[in-house]
Amino acid sequence: MSSLELRGITVRYGRFTAVENVDLLVPEGTVTGLVGGSGSGKSTLGKAVVGLAPITAGQVLVDGGDLGRRRGRGPVQLVFQNPYASLDPRMTVGAAVAEALPRTGRAARSTEVARYLELVGIDPSRAVLTPDALSGGQRQRVALARALAARPGVLIADEITSALDVSVQGAVLNLLRELQRELGFAMLFISHNLAVVRYLSDQVAVMDEGRLVECGPTDRVLRQPEHATTRTLLACVPTISPAEEAS
Amino acid sequence: MTTALTRNPWAGFALRRCWRLLVSLAVLVTASFAMIHLIPGDPVRAALGTTASPALVAAEKHSLGLDQPLLSQYVTFLGNLFRGRLGESISTQLPVSQIISSRLPATLEIAVPAFVLILLTAIPLGMSAAVLTKDGRRRRGELAFTTATGLLGAVPEYLLAVGLVAAFAVALPIFPAASQGGPSSYVLPVLSLTVIPAAVLSRIVRVETLRVLGEDYMRTARAKRLPARLHYLRHALPNLLTSSLTLGGMLFTSLLAGTVLIENVFAWPGLGATIVTAITQKDYPLVQGIVLVYGSASLLITFAVDMALGLADPQSTIRGS
Amino acid sequence: MPHLPSPSVPSSSLLHRLRRTLRTPLGVTALTACIVLAVVAVLGPMLFGAEADRVDTNAIDQGSSMAHLLGTDDLGRDIAARVVVATRLSLELTLQATVIGVVGGLLLGVAPTVLGRRLGRLVTATVGVLVAFPGLLFVLFLATVFGVGSTGAMFAIGVATVPSMARLVQNMTASIAGSDYVAAARILGVGRFRLVSRHLLPNIAEPSALFATQAAAGILLSFSGLSFLGLGVQAPQYDWGRLLNEQLNGIYVNPVAALAPGVAVVLTGLTFGLVGEVFAKASGRRAPLSRQQPPSEQSAMAPAPLPDESAEGALVQVHDLRVGFPDGREAVRGVSLTIGHGEALGLVGESGSGKSLTALALADLVPHPGRVQAAEITFDGHDLRSDPHLGTTLAMVFQDPMASLNPALRVGRQLSEVAEVHLGSTRAQARARAVDRLSAVRIPSAARRARQRPHEYSGGMRQRAVIAMGLMGEPKLVIADEPTTALDVTVQQQVLDLLAEVRTETGAALLLISHDLAVVAQVCERVLVMYAGRIVEDLPVAELVGGAAHPYTRALVGAIPTMTTDPNTELATIPGRPPEPGDADQGCSFAPRCALATDRCRSTRPELVGFDTGRRVACWHPVGAVLPLDVRPVDAEAAS
Repeated sequence: MSSLELRGITVRYGRFTAVENVDLLVPEGTVTGLVGGSGSGKSTLGKAVVGLAPITAGQVLVDGGDLGRRRGRGPVQLVFQNPYASLDPRMTVGAAVAEALPRTGRAARSTEVARYLELVGIDPSRAVLTPDALSGGQRQRVALARALAARPGVLIADEITSALDVSVQGAVLNLLRELQRELGFAMLFISHNLAVVRYLSDQVAVMDEGRLVECGPTDRVLRQPEHATTRTLLACVPTISPAEEAS
Repeated sequence: MTTALTRNPWAGFALRRCWRLLVSLAVLVTASFAMIHLIPGDPVRAALGTTASPALVAAEKHSLGLDQPLLSQYVTFLGNLFRGRLGESISTQLPVSQIISSRLPATLEIAVPAFVLILLTAIPLGMSAAVLTKDGRRRRGELAFTTATGLLGAVPEYLLAVGLVAAFAVALPIFPAASQGGPSSYVLPVLSLTVIPAAVLSRIVRVETLRVLGEDYMRTARAKRLPARLHYLRHALPNLLTSSLTLGGMLFTSLLAGTVLIENVFAWPGLGATIVTAITQKDYPLVQGIVLVYGSASLLITFAVDMALGLADPQSTIRGS
Repeated sequence: MPHLPSPSVPSSSLLHRLRRTLRTPLGVTALTACIVLAVVAVLGPMLFGAEADRVDTNAIDQGSSMAHLLGTDDLGRDIAARVVVATRLSLELTLQATVIGVVGGLLLGVAPTVLGRRLGRLVTATVGVLVAFPGLLFVLFLATVFGVGSTGAMFAIGVATVPSMARLVQNMTASIAGSDYVAAARILGVGRFRLVSRHLLPNIAEPSALFATQAAAGILLSFSGLSFLGLGVQAPQYDWGRLLNEQLNGIYVNPVAALAPGVAVVLTGLTFGLVGEVFAKASGRRAPLSRQQPPSEQSAMAPAPLPDESAEGALVQVHDLRVGFPDGREAVRGVSLTIGHGEALGLVGESGSGKSLTALALADLVPHPGRVQAAEITFDGHDLRSDPHLGTTLAMVFQDPMASLNPALRVGRQLSEVAEVHLGSTRAQARARAVDRLSAVRIPSAARRARQRPHEYSGGMRQRAVIAMGLMGEPKLVIADEPTTALDVTVQQQVLDLLAEVRTETGAALLLISHDLAVVAQVCERVLVMYAGRIVEDLPVAELVGGAAHPYTRALVGAIPTMTTDPNTELATIPGRPPEPGDADQGCSFAPRCALATDRCRSTRPELVGFDTGRRVACWHPVGAVLPLDVRPVDAEAAS
């Protein structure tokens, strides 16, 4: 069980400021949804937390301790948007998961790999396959298993369902929710889809042009949005049933 | 770079390219200066032969400035370079700049026409090959084109030159076999320089055309039901030109190098023939001068192609580093 | 998103693919050529060495004869023997120089990833400067430094290959180092050297091997060139270039002797090229396809009779549309649909359902090698099979606005040419119309924007420009294929509003293709749901929530969380995955994933039949719908 706290995070690329002075607390064992339009800096923020984007100013604290510039297996793991790009095409599924495990003996390793694959609903006998034998949804499950195998205290999910087909998306969301409740990690769930964020999150944070413009309990933010950006995002959610639109 | 210029992507791009050109030129100048110092042993003794008297070697070293400290040699070298002085040839005692200016025109006289001919043949050839064989049509034509250009690509230019001489100067004496003379003496050297790069470039153009034809915007153009002329010339040509030239840019600098071999086959009185003699005679100041000329010419060509592409395709200025 | 690469055929190991490629005619040729070269290189000097060196003053500069196949040189030595003997030295020097070039290139190429940012940049910049010089200049420079002779030339040519190899490796490693899977490994704390050995090198091995063979061919040519200039191999040693140099003066006397070493160079170069082709094929880019299946027999089937309910005066009338590929896969398997004048119809399905190909078939834009067949396909009274000229009555909007406008042309030009070509407008008229249309889709300061090129537009503006392009004429149908998928949520709404507005203003019909039910629900009146190349349900938008009859449609609706979904319930899921276009096609395609499936579903395919008013469903067990029994095919009943 860990919490994630961001203090004054700023990310600059040359003159361009992608993220500006963001403070955010993801309490332990809860899910925070991070929403915003494209270019709002939400993905950059997620990457900055795991060290894939250069932090110009600010601190990332996990359980109150500064993550700093430490190397090695971090307590924060990230699952990427595109499962077709996030697995090495030349590496078997099992090797990909094993890479995340702490160094142990061979036998222990393969039982651990099997355990994590089973956890995400992949038949452990598929560990010998390379990713191209798997569908998008299965790949995303493997990516999730790899991230979980590193035993993270905090998981960042960066648009993990937007590259998936609708029928698969639901299954991955169910799995993610179930695992989060079971393993109790804190999660920063980044998405442009408010409905998906609403379904998973305890708290919602809204970003616009690199700044955090609103943050609060899911219900409150979506029912009584305070910031114009949140209202725009809410207005832009397409709905299926005409009845909803009327209400 | 924090000037206001960088706000305009094109100006920023131009600035970066100019900077790179300057750095590359500096590297070239330094390398050509360093050349004589990198040669193992005593280069002057090697150049003058083992029979030369020590006094002569010392005198030559003095006239080359090799008895000076390295730094002051470099400063003198740079100073002379700015005044257009490249020293004296060891073997002929003539100023290097004079030799170069008397030899350079002959090289340009075959390189420039070859350059123009390559462009004029490769682009229409590659494009028509692509259009005629796209979507798996004319499989045999495609095979013939790729085989022919592939075979030509495997032939070294000088060998083609020898072959052309054997065919059109020896077997059928239509053109002179060697040396510069009337207009007919230019035919074989220019052809030898043109045919192979044109074949290679037309292959590139064909592949690029096929790529461009598969792009989404060409599907948009198809949806507009335009006549073929507009479809290919207006929509496809500009896009494939930029990408083909990016890939073909290297071809033009290697064309310059190709002249070295071709000039030797045809005993052409250009720079290429001169540098080979200079290397065998260990005439280092002359080699140095010609390396400088070839090197800066290649850098300028690359620079010009880059700038032209930057103007033609503004997106490349954002991509390009 | 539906346009991601579909899971490809499981690929086997490189070694396996290499072995398979070696069995093709190309592979056999390459292998034979390599063996012949090796044998000549090993045995040549042993068998012909003595003859090649024997000086015969009685036979100086002879032409070809029985005794001397290619004649003799100025010392009376047999040229044919010398060409054969020269093979070993030529190959040795080439391979040594290649090793220097490839190893040096790999080291310099991978260095920026392993070294820190600053040192890495320095290496990249140095290589960037070096590649600008032509290789031969490099060789001449280095030959001057290393001295004339074979060792010097070998180092010179090897080192001269390093920059281009390094550049290639750098580009490849940079793109792999920027990939998500390397980022994931970094987050997991995998060290630099393990990163290189486990992720980078395996992924660049194949293109590097390909480049190495090409480099070897180039090096062979450079070497012969250098020897030809007299700067490479020195007498009494000789390689092919040296022989060529010696024989050039005799070209008037014996041209064959002058060309023979050249032919050897070319043939060897081609052998290296062939080996490269084998690598390229084995690495999958040009992999030999598994035996192509004969075209599907479906086409020979008699088309099903036209439905009697076919609406008179519909704008689009399609019956039994099929899109197949030469390998026998069929992506669209018998789609029938009508679009009324001014109607807004949605076409929904997951990736691979064939919805985009259906739309492209309507616009006659199915890419090669797809083949379109249909019992009937008419648009506005024209039979599209005989007269595909749609002119300006059909407008297309594509998924990716970043790619669907020509980057080299000004936006105004791309619009105005439609009017010039199809409406016979003058240049000025067409330009004015283009500006007018751009402002009609609410592009601000349209006159100025018309003079810009697409890269100066934002994504949303590009999509508007594409819509404006369709409005240059008077479209009767707008086909929009995932028009908002690549756009930001806020922009998505604006584009959908614009499409709705275009429809009301021009009275054009709209066919909106999307994977997102909500997007379709917002703009359309009627929805067609596609699964595995067929339409499985046709229903009014209002019925989507709660009223759908097909289990697949119901599952699709239930799988997406909406703003009213209870966060404490599980989302509906569909087990399994959709069939591939090549899979066996028996019974209902959805049966393997369907909870309601029975034996009948697995053996007999349900046809799309109507019930209620204007609703159709292809299912044996539709939810909540009562199908009139007599509509069901009798033979299907018997089979079950």
